[in-house]
Order: sequence, then C-alpha cells, then structure tokens
Amino acid sequence: MSTPAPWGPDPARPPAAAPSTTVLPEGGSSSLADGEWHRMHPLTPLFKGGLVLIIVAGVVISNMRERLISWFVSLFAPDEAKYMDYGGDPVDWVLDNNLILVVLLGVLALAVVLVVVFWMVWRFHQFRITGDHVEVRKGIVFRSHRRAPLDRVQGVNLTRPFPARVIGLAKLEVVGAGNDANVELEYLATPRAESIRADILRLASGARAAREHDRAGAAAPAGVTAQLVGSMNAGVNGLIQGVDLADVAPESVVKIPTGRLVGAHLVHSLLWLVFFGAIIAASMTGILIGAVRDGEPEVGLIGLGAGFAIGIPMVLAFVAVTWSQISKSLRYSIAPTPDGVRITYGLLTTVTETLPPGRIFAVEVTQSLLWRPFGWWAIKINRMSGKSAAQQQSGNAQQFNIVLPVGKRADVERVLALILPDAPQSDIPLVWEHGILGPVEGDPYKTIPARAWWHRPLSWKRHGYAVTEFGVLLRRGVFWRKLAVFPLARLQGVSVSQGPLDRLQGVSGGQVHSVTGPISGTLSGLERDDAIALLDGVSRAAAAAAARDHSHRWGSHLDPSTGSGTEDVASAAHSGPTVAGLYDAPAGGYAPMPPSAPPAP
Amino acid sequence: MTESPTTPPRDPHGFEQPTRAPESPLIPSAPVPPAAPVAPVSAPEPVGEAPVAPPVLDQGTYQQLRTPRSPAALALDGTWHQISPRYVISEYVQNAIFVVLIVVAALVVHLAFEQVWVWIPAGLMLAVTLITLIILPRQARAMGYMLREDDVVFRRGILWQRMVAVPYGRMQLVDITQGPLDRAFGISQLKMVTAAATTGVQIPGLTQDGAEALRDTLIQVAETRRTGL
Repeated sequence: MSTPAPWGPDPARPPAAAPSTTVLPEGGSSSLADGEWHRMHPLTPLFKGGLVLIIVAGVVISNMRERLISWFVSLFAPDEAKYMDYGGDPVDWVLDNNLILVVLLGVLALAVVLVVVFWMVWRFHQFRITGDHVEVRKGIVFRSHRRAPLDRVQGVNLTRPFPARVIGLAKLEVVGAGNDANVELEYLATPRAESIRADILRLASGARAAREHDRAGAAAPAGVTAQLVGSMNAGVNGLIQGVDLADVAPESVVKIPTGRLVGAHLVHSLLWLVFFGAIIAASMTGILIGAVRDGEPEVGLIGLGAGFAIGIPMVLAFVAVTWSQISKSLRYSIAPTPDGVRITYGLLTTVTETLPPGRIFAVEVTQSLLWRPFGWWAIKINRMSGKSAAQQQSGNAQQFNIVLPVGKRADVERVLALILPDAPQSDIPLVWEHGILGPVEGDPYKTIPARAWWHRPLSWKRHGYAVTEFGVLLRRGVFWRKLAVFPLARLQGVSVSQGPLDRLQGVSGGQVHSVTGPISGTLSGLERDDAIALLDGVSRAAAAAAARDHSHRWGSHLDPSTGSGTEDVASAAHSGPTVAGLYDAPAGGYAPMPPSAPPAP
Repeated sequence: MTESPTTPPRDPHGFEQPTRAPESPLIPSAPVPPAAPVAPVSAPEPVGEAPVAPPVLDQGTYQQLRTPRSPAALALDGTWHQISPRYVISEYVQNAIFVVLIVVAALVVHLAFEQVWVWIPAGLMLAVTLITLIILPRQARAMGYMLREDDVVFRRGILWQRMVAVPYGRMQLVDITQGPLDRAFGISQLKMVTAAATTGVQIPGLTQDGAEALRDTLIQVAETRRTGL
C-alpha cells in the first residue's frame, strides 16, 4: 500500500508493454482492461471469509459473558463476586497454571496466520480483461482459472450487498452463456467496478472508435483513509438517493412509483391472505358451533386458541414474504445506455443489471385478473442467466428474469422499446390492439379453430401465433393475459407435434424453442396447415433474421458519430479511472489512445 | 443468396437489407437514431442453398418412410433421409439381454427366497418391453431427417408425430455417441445441441459413415451461418 499508485492515464507507457508495477493494490493503471492482472479490493477478505471470524469471535465472547459479568461485579462489589465461582472453564485453567503469556502468544500467532492466509488468498485472486476474454484466477492449493469470451457475454451485473455497500464495495458478475458460466469479481470499489463494467461492455460490443471517451474528471485518491471515508459517504448517499443512474439521461429512465409497487404486491398477497384466512375462519367457526351445541365451551376455547396459534404466525409469514418481495423490487428503474438496458432495483442490497442488445431470447407481457382494474402489466424475459441449476431455483434468480415488475401501458411500451430496439414500428398494433388486448376481427393471429375449442376451453379465441419479420408473437390466456415475443434472430428452433385426437380434428400443437426461462413457447390446437407454416416459415425467417443480426457484437456496426449515447451525460460525477486502452477487434492488438482525445460528441 | 459456404461468416456488408432500417424506437428518448420508414418486406428469402446431402447418408438405410395415412397428418415436402435397419436389430439384441436379466433375477427371487410376488413387477416390465419391441420396427421406419435450406428437420412417431426444425446457425455442437452393441452393428447416434434445452434432437441408428458425413455437413453449414447465440 505504500507504493503511490499512478492514477490517471499515462501516455508515456503503452499498456501492452506494461512493467510489473501494474499489479498494485489500488490499481496501478488507469485502464483495467489492459490485459494485465489486477487484484480485488483489499477489504475483500473481510466480506468473503471475515464473516466467519466475526461469528467465531461472537461465540467466544458470548461464552465468556459470565466471566465478564463476574469481572465487572468484582470490580464494583468485590464481596458479591464469590457467588459466581464455577469450575471447568478453560480461562480459569489458564489463569491457574500461569499460562497467560503462552495463550496470548497463541492467539496472536493464530491472528497472524489468519491475516497471512487472507492476504495470500487476496493476493492470488486476480482478474484480467483482454480484448477477447475476461479471466479470473484464484486459489493457492486448488487453483482455478476461468476465462469467458467477451462476445458471448450475456450481461453484466453489479451487486451491492448491504454491508459492502456502506463501505463502497460492489460485486461484479459477468454473465456467461451456459450453466454455472458466470465470472464473478468480488469485491471492487464501486467506481472501479463501474469502470470495469463499462470496459467489458465496450470490448464486448466490438466498438472501435465509436464510444471512446475520456473521463477526465477522475479524482486522484488522497489516501486510503480519505478514500474509505469518501466511499462511505457515497455509500450512505446512495442508500438515500438510489444508485447507478448518474450516467443516463434522466428523462429516459422508467421508474415505478413505490405506491404502485407495494400495491401490486399487496393485491396478490391479500388474495392469499383472504384465502387462507377464510379456511381458518371456517374451520374455527365449525369447531365453535360444534362445541356450543355439545355444551362444551372449553373445547371451543381450545379450538380458538389453536386457530390463533396457526393464524398469527401465518400472518407474520405473509408480512415477511411480502416485505422481502417488495424490498427486493423497490426503487426499480430501467434506463437505456449505449451498451444495453440497465435495470436497477433493491432497497438495501441493490442490483444493477446491464443487458446488452440481442441477449434477450423472449419477452412476455402479462396481466393477471387482479391487476386488470388498475391497468397494471408485468414484463418478463428469457435470458441466459449463467447460473448453476441450484442457483436458478432461488428467488433472486426469478427476479433476474423480471424486467418490469408492474407498470402502466405507457411504461410497458417504453420498456418494450428499450429491450426490443430492433422491433419495427409496424409490429406495435400486433402487440397491443391485436395481441395483448385482442382478439380483434381480422387480426393476423392464427388461432385454435372452433372445432378444437376443448384444447383451451376459455381462451381458444385468443390462443394463437403471428409471425412478423422481426419475431414470433404468441398470444395466450384470457384471465391471465399473456403476449410473448420471440425475436427471430434469437430463436433456437421450432417443433410441431400431433397426437391421434389432434389428427382426427386436423389440428396440431406447436412449440417455439428458446433458452430456459419463465416464458414457454408452447401452443396447442392450431390448424394443421398453420402448424406446418410455423415450422416452415419461422425457421426460414429465423435464419434470415440471424443473418442480418449483428447484436452479438452490437457496437461494431455503429457509426462513431451516432454512438455517443447517454453514457457521457454526467460522467463527471464518476470518480472512476479513465478508460484509455482502445481495442481493435479484428486487428488483434491494442492501440494506445492519447488521453487528450475529446469525448465523443 | 448473399452467401455461399465459402464466404467468410461475418461479413457485415453482405447482409445489408432494408429490414435493418426499422430501428425507429417506440419512444423518442431511446438512444437509437430514427431511421427510414418501414419498408414492408415479403417472405424473407432463404439465406443459403440447401446443403448437398452426401450420398452415403442413404446407403444401407430404409428407403420408404412410414407415415400416418390420414391426410391431416403432419407432412413436409422434400427428401427424407432415414435410419439404418440395423438399429432395430441392435435394439432387439439389447432388449433381449434385458429380458433375460429380468427373468433370471425373478427366477432367483422366486426359487431361492420363495417370493412369488416378484412376477408382478417382472411381468409388468416384460410386458412394457414386449410392446416396445412390437412397435419398434414401425417407429424406426417413421424416423427421418431432412436437410433444408436453412434448417435441419427431424421427424419421429406415427401415432404421436413430432417434427423439430433447428436452424443450422443455432447448433452449438454436434455429438456422435456409440454404445458397445451399436459398435458391433456399426450404427451410432447423432445429437444436436442448441442453447435451448427443449430442442434436443437425437437421431438414433445412423450408419457409422452416415453419422460422420452428416456431422461434417452440419458443422460445415453451421460455420457459415453462425451468429451470436
């Protein structure tokens, strides 16, 4: 920590020929995407392993509570201290045998060993961002080295768990395509994490000169203490104001009023509460009536007590579950950035997801019957989460697939425009009037014929699909209205199937395949010719759409003058280090950029 | 036809089509510049030629596809390639071994431990196996795959028909597996993996040469048409 880290861009030193000084504790080079190895924040062990130590210390202290009490008592009232005499305590044994020095030395040695171990772990935990890959290597005995290709990055998540957030640390998660394919960088100082995120997204986009900009406002660190105080201030400010919206144009942000968010969750929770409450009330009434008729009021009282004993914990559980749902999605905001949609949510632990273009495999707009009077909608997506199968089951993973937890029609339209920027204007009536609100006479949706109504007894008039040049639209559900959009460029396949009953009626089922997620692509009871058309047309259109789709390297086709985007807005608010390295994808080398380059217009 | 298998896969200028234009967002504040008005595009033209099927695909296979008789059944125009009759023999041998094992196990339990009930589960398993064996030749004749311009279609089933179309560019890997008995009969199974777990196309009972030729064809075509995921 004593070596002064040269912050700010250093034009004299080309990044490729960097000497070993780049691996400095506080980040020696201005650009972290320079192909050199870097370390995590020095406080990382505190949050990763240190918690265990604190717990152990807590157990020890709680076990020594008696001793502390007796020590206090003897301090103020020496006569009373004798009553707490007890045996078998290791501390007594140490004191009796005059081993206090040895024990203290032992504790000290243990502490030193732990510090050294943590320091070693921290030292060996390094990451590197090259033009093609992001890499993390860690471990001393069991070494692991993970490398993820940048053009397959499915998103970048910046998570700020509550304790780390107060100190100004964040965890960066590079979402890969596959099971357990994420690369996690934990923990980093928040400004560094943000600049790394920008680097990764910029490199992944394949942008050449498009969005290179110089954050000249990078403040040099005054020292470790001042830095820590500053980041703590920022953390506390962030607690109050919300985070990670400094660099987007404020008018483009979709926010959800807290009242609506709470209301939307409450509507559903209340339904369940009423449902279970009715069951409990009915059973309790039954018991009471029975007891009164039998002339045994005690039984009734017991039943009443049992009812409350079940009901009150249940109410508490409802409150807890609802609160956890609400607090997770509070302060939801969605904003466009040049490198994708940025979704931020969370009250205490905040999560910021960045979804680059073309990483969304399916989108679904849904509305339950309870939400219909309020005109509320929700939007879910199918995407690669890069998590292992076990992680995908958790509630956090479900959150990961929600883009808009609840919003009015205007919000839905704006969010759809954000996450499906390539969708042509001509598809809008298909989505809204014909799709979500349909059916309309003469709309292009291919639905279930009347003879096969029994496939979907209620929604058969709505149940169907339509194909545009952009995507496949699936319209389903009547009470729970759903409209799914599968972009053709991301379609993984189509299948049709027909059983004997279907064949008698001349209908067939179909399915549009996308990655695992909350949106299924199944349809049933389509006209046989419509199903064949689905198999024929969608597959061909998918190939054509994929051929003209470049979103896996979404920045490379952008003109430099149009790629300015909103990331430069308020970039001065960031104290993060500057991105100076410029990567030219096909050439395979770094082109050093002079730090005096003007920011993109 | 903007592309033939020999052109490099990622040529951004080769695909300039009017459909790239409708980038105009639904809201003006999105960071995408407004573009030319939408030009309605008719049915998209195929991206490439249908790959030429190597003749080895049809050597030593069934020649007549078994399909449902009803005119309402699912059907596609084109040439279906079929699987090898040796697949049925291989399956029969495997099932025969399985049947023998069950009978032996049941006999042991019956004679050594005098448990007669063991014939109930054993009989059930035998019955299921027997039914499978009876319909197996029909099923094998109903399996087929077709190499189309943009995708490969796999079909199976007669009573319950299923057809899956997988665009070439979506294949993440093509896998050939072969069990010990399969090797004895010279057949293997080909599996195509995409990013979607549900697609899961597995073609069993291909001849050894056919499987390798098909794999090479698929990979070659996929290479020229790959984009992102």
